[in-house]
Amino acid sequence: MPTVSVKRDLLFKALGRTYTDEEFDELCFEFGLELDEITSEKEIISKEQGDKKAEGASDVVLYKIDVPANRYDLLCLEGLVRGLQVFKERIKAPLYKRVMPNGEIQKLIITEETAKIRPYAVAAVLRNIKFTKDRYDSFIELQEKLHQNICRKRALVAIGAHDLDSLSGPFTFTAKRPSDIKFKPLSKTKEYTACELMNIYKTDNHLKHYLHIIENKPLYPVIYDSNGVVLSMPPIINGNHSKITLNTRNVFIECTGTDFTKAKIVLDIIVTMFSEYCENQFTVEAAEVVFPNGKSYTFPELAYRKEMVRADLINKKVGIRETPENLAKLLTRMCLKSEVIGDGNQIEIEIPPTRADIIHACDIVEDAAIAYGYNNIQMTLPKTYTIANQFPLNKLTELLRHDMAAAGFTEALTFALCSQEDIADKLGVDISATKAVHISNPKTAEFQVARTTLLPGLLKTIAANRKMPLPLKLFEISDIVVKDSSRGPAFFPGRCAEVFARGQSIGKLGVLHPDVITKFELTMPCSSLEINIEPFL
Amino acid sequence: MADGPVADVLLRRLEAADGGLDSAELAAELGVEHQAVVGAVKSLQALGEIIEAELRSTKRWELTAEGEEIAREGSHEARVFRSVPPEGLAQSELMRLPSGKVGFSKAMSNKWIRVDKSAADGPRVFRVVDSMEDDVQRRLQLVRGGQAEKLAEKERSELRKRKLLTEVGSWRDRPFKPYNFSARGVLPDSGHLHPLLKVRTQFRQIFLEMGFTEMPTDNFIESSFWNFDALFQPQQHPARDQHDTFFLQDPAEALQLPMDYVHRVKRTHSQGGYGSQGYKYTWKLDEARKNLLRTHTTAASARALYRLARKKPFTPIKYFSIDRVFRNETLDATHLAEFHQIEGVVADHGLTLGHLMGVLREFFTKLGITQLRFKPAYNPYTEPSMEVFSYHQGLKKWVEVGNSGLFRPEMLLPMGLPENVSVIAWGLSLERPTMIKYGINNIRELVGHKVNLQMVYDSPLCRLDAEPGPPQTQEAA
Repeated sequence: MPTVSVKRDLLFKALGRTYTDEEFDELCFEFGLELDEITSEKEIISKEQGDKKAEGASDVVLYKIDVPANRYDLLCLEGLVRGLQVFKERIKAPLYKRVMPNGEIQKLIITEETAKIRPYAVAAVLRNIKFTKDRYDSFIELQEKLHQNICRKRALVAIGAHDLDSLSGPFTFTAKRPSDIKFKPLSKTKEYTACELMNIYKTDNHLKHYLHIIENKPLYPVIYDSNGVVLSMPPIINGNHSKITLNTRNVFIECTGTDFTKAKIVLDIIVTMFSEYCENQFTVEAAEVVFPNGKSYTFPELAYRKEMVRADLINKKVGIRETPENLAKLLTRMCLKSEVIGDGNQIEIEIPPTRADIIHACDIVEDAAIAYGYNNIQMTLPKTYTIANQFPLNKLTELLRHDMAAAGFTEALTFALCSQEDIADKLGVDISATKAVHISNPKTAEFQVARTTLLPGLLKTIAANRKMPLPLKLFEISDIVVKDSSRGPAFFPGRCAEVFARGQSIGKLGVLHPDVITKFELTMPCSSLEINIEPFL
Repeated sequence: MADGPVADVLLRRLEAADGGLDSAELAAELGVEHQAVVGAVKSLQALGEIIEAELRSTKRWELTAEGEEIAREGSHEARVFRSVPPEGLAQSELMRLPSGKVGFSKAMSNKWIRVDKSAADGPRVFRVVDSMEDDVQRRLQLVRGGQAEKLAEKERSELRKRKLLTEVGSWRDRPFKPYNFSARGVLPDSGHLHPLLKVRTQFRQIFLEMGFTEMPTDNFIESSFWNFDALFQPQQHPARDQHDTFFLQDPAEALQLPMDYVHRVKRTHSQGGYGSQGYKYTWKLDEARKNLLRTHTTAASARALYRLARKKPFTPIKYFSIDRVFRNETLDATHLAEFHQIEGVVADHGLTLGHLMGVLREFFTKLGITQLRFKPAYNPYTEPSMEVFSYHQGLKKWVEVGNSGLFRPEMLLPMGLPENVSVIAWGLSLERPTMIKYGINNIRELVGHKVNLQMVYDSPLCRLDAEPGPPQTQEAA
């Protein structure tokens, strides 16, 4: 769940009232948010680095709010406030408009070189915007949140925001050899080539995670203005030249990536959220993007879509009996402006560009239920009549477990994942003979393979319980994973046997070979039995 | 105790006493409990070569109630003798006397009386001797007078056999060392069941009681298709990252997938359909084929619902499963890479969110959880979705106990389920309620090979419910 950190007092100011922590917690619960933590910058630093480092840090109260992963419109203070105000019917949801510029439209031209690495781009302009420190911080934070979530850590989409007045269009989005790209990146004082930057950022805790996206490619994406100034090298870093400051009045936003749909959504989110601070509130200036095939698009899309849903469908899915008018009111509170049309049973819902999460009528049903209040819905029992059956393997397992315990054995519950050693070397068997399933990129040896036998788990349990009085009698009945049947562990010669049931071999039993015992760091003799219970079904 | 007052006196007396001391006598003399003397003796013995003690058992004899009576009135056989006049007495009459039946055979064997069977009015009893000694009475009187030792062993034995004497064991008036009720007893040998699996047994029972059929889940390995795609979880979703999911190196790909169904799923993801806008991205078959360790048992539910959809006509079902799932996430005190998921599913015509809440209420009531609240949530495959909260008395706050929702049409319709069939589902982890019930704070103390077996030995019965009762929820009209 994404977490948005907002200054409490700023939040209350924007909401037009204060809340106690409990009241706000309750509001979040109702709306589907979670007030996860109440803290401050000072507290955060104190927790992470100690009290000394925290001295002088801000005491300002921060609310950390968990937001559903599909609600991109709630990832910043502006969006949260807007959503909550509409929910509480204190304001009407704004109407977002794309407007054509007075003069020439800003153009972003994509060249064919980007096709193999980062084919898509969208762009827009926020005209006559007013930043304060808080608004600026929020603007940066939103980009970061979107990068982490829908942009899938910048791999799918990367956002660049630039001071338009420092640049001169038209802009070109192309891809070049790393050695041919040279510019002064954000926060640096001199120019570097892309190769040099890749090296420098290897140790940058923030940026090192994104290098892999373009690192080994022959060409790196890069955006220039008409004077050859580098706006950005997505998805890594923007140029310093066009960096946004508190004095920036006109912002050029570009989103590049490998998923066109997501790039459009991301752009829509950013501009709808921050156009609040434009002189012409909630208007966004259009930009044109020209693709290599000559096709040109105007962005942002800011599309409003209309969906028609029957009132009784909503009532039936939720389990309530609201009039169509009431349902329309409920939906409007969720930023889904609705009205009753037609025969009085149809509701026409306008889906704004901020609600890319609404893709089916069921999403609308959920919003109606949220506005109604989940805890106001009457609980009923389905009339579904069924006769229950146990899964035979589990039924047999339950019977066997109880009798094993009655026979004096203690039940263990061990991990299904283990090291290769556990199921091979330690048992005196070659790993390839085990026909085990291997995990890719295991973080530790403990996650290398799935167990092909229950024995290592039990032996490790004994080893961890060395101090317990003897005898130790353990059992486990659970799944193992094999590609097909494999050899058993090494037993002491002459002291093992194969177990047959109904003419079929089901397993082995015997005294374990001393090498096996030693490899599991045990010292006492051990005997084991391992059989497959499936033949008994 | 070895330095206590009793020991002190004992040592002093012992110095003077040549033939040793009798503990019982000493106790009586000092006016202390015999046990106090015994205690002092034992403590002194424990110090080493200070005293020597030898255990003697003494028997005391007492009259039984009957013995008392005989000591007073004389033995039954003596009374029989005295009841026979010189002219004799009809046997039938004699037998009617109080001591008659009991004393007759003894008086006969003592040769104090004889029977004339040929007498005119029936068998007649006559005295044989003129007088006799009532030895039994005499002996009993000796014992009553505290002189039991004057009787021979054999005589005492005989009287005991006739239940006229009892041997007074020392238990009747010896003080006993009080039990130490805080000492641990010796546990009998037994086997034990693992607490997590005891809880699992209870959950299985709850589902079976509610009419839910168990789904097959005997496959830790799953394809991305069933684990994600069939559930309408997009291929670029973060959960499909290497960081969260264990993908397989070998075998890397699932080869067997139902291709016509796969195509419907592909279309729904990339273009929409079934009333949906879809995700509008390029769906790749290769991605769907990737094998992994299942991240949820919802994959098994998907398989079960697909099988259900292929059976015509549609019949409503209730399914459940409790089995292991795998997540490649950060590990901490409450999270491991492997844990168990509990899942319940109901598929029927016209199910509502209200029905889901009703089923959840009945389910949680069986766990002893009655105060529930529901919160809007988000899952890629359910809409509406709800998190279920219950009030924790100890922590004095609402805590999450489960996640639930209605499966999305984009998941159900490509399977072929009828359009007006809704499927409600919910899930929770098995470890969490177990840790709460058994008071375990670190999951490593519950699951895996590092678990302390003593915990398993000691874990009590799993009783999940409070009071059983009738269903709380009305059936829908």
